[in-house]
Amino acid sequence: MIGAGAFWALTIGLGVGTFLIRFSFLGLLGGRKLPDWLLLHLKYVGVAVFPALIVPAVLWPAATGGATEAPRVIAALLAVAAGLRYGPFGAIGAGLVALYAGQALL
Amino acid sequence: MSSPFRAGFRDCLPFVLIVVPFSTLFGVVARDAGLDILQVMAMSVIVVAGASQFTALSLLQDGAPVFVALLAALAVNLRMAMYSAALVPHLGGAPLGMRALAAYFMVDQSFAVAVRHYEDSPQMTGAEKLRYYFGCITAICPLWYACSFAGALMGRAIPASLSLDFAVPVCFIALLAPLLRSAPHLVAALVSGLATVALAGLPWNLGLPLAALAAMIAGAQSELHLARRAARRAACPA
Repeated sequence: MIGAGAFWALTIGLGVGTFLIRFSFLGLLGGRKLPDWLLLHLKYVGVAVFPALIVPAVLWPAATGGATEAPRVIAALLAVAAGLRYGPFGAIGAGLVALYAGQALL
Repeated sequence: MSSPFRAGFRDCLPFVLIVVPFSTLFGVVARDAGLDILQVMAMSVIVVAGASQFTALSLLQDGAPVFVALLAALAVNLRMAMYSAALVPHLGGAPLGMRALAAYFMVDQSFAVAVRHYEDSPQMTGAEKLRYYFGCITAICPLWYACSFAGALMGRAIPASLSLDFAVPVCFIALLAPLLRSAPHLVAALVSGLATVALAGLPWNLGLPLAALAAMIAGAQSELHLARRAARRAACPA
């Protein structure tokens, strides 16, 4: 059970903090030009962040108490392959279908 | 040429398949943790960042102090500082109010889809880029609120055997795959994945920002390396 005081303190703190993170560069820098070396690195933000989110969620999912399960790993690999070939729809379809098929079979 | 708003909306439509289960799941889990419907909706509307909401709730439920849950959840959202910086070259020219609105609605999907589109269409004006961005979030964010609400109403009706939590990594895979367009992008993604495993023992989710920084440097260095090699070849065609 979560107390009302703790909940509201957390939610408001998280809301304000998250907005400040999102607004940080966009709000403060505005139309100013960023240096070239920074632009070069910023091109890779997406490919740098997403694997760091994907790998732990696939290998050590909270839903299994952190245990690695073969159907999840296989489904994730198939989703990557399908995503490269067929785009986002392919990744989503292949990932979920492969997980259910794997769980049914293994 | 269709309007940028509609193009953004259309390009983000695949992620409806993900947002629906993910936000429904949040509503269900939050009710399970003892929140009432108003609290579930307040969290989804004030925070609009699913992964951090799950993190905060589970820590609070485990009896962690509020500031620990808050810091852990903010750490999960730190990646958005990098999104914010990456959007400056595209949306930085918009009025302050529009930038604040864009910041409030900044989610993984709108960021990844929009930045990819901007890089493919360098002829777009700042105003068109802003309209495209708002098209993206229109496909995502109203559904996020609506399905959080639906999940909160449903409560515990969804069985755990459906493994809806797997929608989260699948979503990130669907965002990642279209970004893997060149050798440096691939190098960055591999470095990120390997560094995440190597740094998995670090507290406070610190592995994520460190792995991401290492991957950005790896991507940038690979690009510079390839450019230097191409320049050398051009200089002395053997």
